[in-house]
Amino acid sequence: MRVVVDLSRCQGYAQCAFLAPDTFRMHGEEALMYNPNPDDGQREQVLRAAAACPLQAILVEQLEGRDAPVGTSQS
Amino acid sequence: MTSADTLKGFKRDGRVVIVGASLAGLRAAEALRDEGFTGSLTMIGDELGEPYDRPPLSKQVLTGWVPAGGTTLPRRRDINAEWLLGVPADGLDLATNHVHLADGREVPFDRVLISTGVRARPWFVETEAALDGVFVVRTREHADGLQRALASGPSRVLVIGAGFTGSEIASICRERDIPVTVAELAPAPLVGALGAVIGDVAADMQRAHGVDLRCGVKVTQLEGDAQGRFHRAHFDDGSTIDADVAVVALGGIRNTEWLRDSGLAAGPWGIACDTGCRALDLNGLITDDIFVAGDVARCPNPIYEYRLISLEHWVNAVEQAQVAAHNMVSAQADRWPHLSIPTFWSIQFGVNIKSVGVPTFADEVVVTQGSVPDRRFVAAYGYQGRVTAAVSFNNAKWLDHYRQLIETAAPFPPPCPTPDEPVDAKPVPVDFPGPRLLAQGATVVVTGHDPGERRVTAAWQHR
Repeated sequence: MRVVVDLSRCQGYAQCAFLAPDTFRMHGEEALMYNPNPDDGQREQVLRAAAACPLQAILVEQLEGRDAPVGTSQS
Repeated sequence: MTSADTLKGFKRDGRVVIVGASLAGLRAAEALRDEGFTGSLTMIGDELGEPYDRPPLSKQVLTGWVPAGGTTLPRRRDINAEWLLGVPADGLDLATNHVHLADGREVPFDRVLISTGVRARPWFVETEAALDGVFVVRTREHADGLQRALASGPSRVLVIGAGFTGSEIASICRERDIPVTVAELAPAPLVGALGAVIGDVAADMQRAHGVDLRCGVKVTQLEGDAQGRFHRAHFDDGSTIDADVAVVALGGIRNTEWLRDSGLAAGPWGIACDTGCRALDLNGLITDDIFVAGDVARCPNPIYEYRLISLEHWVNAVEQAQVAAHNMVSAQADRWPHLSIPTFWSIQFGVNIKSVGVPTFADEVVVTQGSVPDRRFVAAYGYQGRVTAAVSFNNAKWLDHYRQLIETAAPFPPPCPTPDEPVDAKPVPVDFPGPRLLAQGATVVVTGHDPGERRVTAAWQHR
């Protein structure tokens, strides 16, 4: 699955790191590091983290089937 | 046919081409479909693969946590586009409305969005740049190559350039316990973007983490061994350093060469446009059907005396894409101006660095909150007595407050009655050559919150 965090919005509340620690980690006191391509098994946790973000800064892929460039690989 | 009918017809079955299939291009495509554009949409990109996110390349990817291929951007919706990838555009014909591709194909359009971004500035000697072990970091391939080189345990890494990317890479080398030397021409890291006060903090931070930081020096030569592997760098003070890896982090070059004969106001500075993301031609006239977004756009900002400013910022790409897409399918009276205050972030040495506004647009700077030695503070920037920017180190929750101060042209130094106000908060000269042509008298303020409501009103400057 695909995730992107708008780090300009992120204010380091760390709700995501608490709810989905395999995908979101705090780096130092308030900087967030995240895995933009977590396993699908993480989906439930990641969605919960996205919902809990006070800044709504986490965007999770909203499509299952998407149009993709022909002849190129998808991750 | 009225212009409303024409617009309706365009929204229904017009042809939009987006040149540059990265963050801005993808977000614009999504926004176009959100706005009800049902015509044909073509995405042109010089790299293969779906649009991906770049900030993680110099962070998560180089630590080895995330593979370089794992930063494909999530989609907010289906965009039903035709993708022409792996081939760069090499011309734009405004007389016939065609994009020329390098492989000879021609793509017709009714409206085009240019979001071709920037590429990494390569090392200036081609044979030296080609040495095994010399890297730049801009694309997935670059990040993948450098990650492998770091994983193989180099004896030392040389980072050339201590801007944000160079500093982030130095930080990761230390995290991975790799000896690293940083060479910077300026007196301190980050000086070009944030000035001397923050530059000194950044220098202390690097040295405290064991970076061999060398400022005020220029790398003159990258030397290879008999196998063509980089192994030594020469400095202009006569000294040398041995290293296995050199990372050239000297900023970017805007991808505008393909527009050379287009008649657009495009050059090394970017592509000039209005706040509605409509491109200017060489005469400074607004074009109707050519839009620009992202790193390559050079957009006037009313808050900063209407100067044309290019920003290589993630949020700027997202916001301009949104505005450009909206304006592409809207009548003149419904168009939005892009009036947001720039924001930027960097993560290095465990510190969250964020900025709001344009720190280079300043003559003074003052630490308004927190403590510099603790690396937990906010510094406000001012120009001629008004607040123009702020930078936070591990204090990002406050930046929204400073954004409002900037938008309302609040007086500088700003009153900041917070418990963590430093006792000796005194403004000092910011150490870059401030804006030279000084506008007298009037400035402006931004009003409204919704993108459709945001407008600028003229106001008189505090003196």
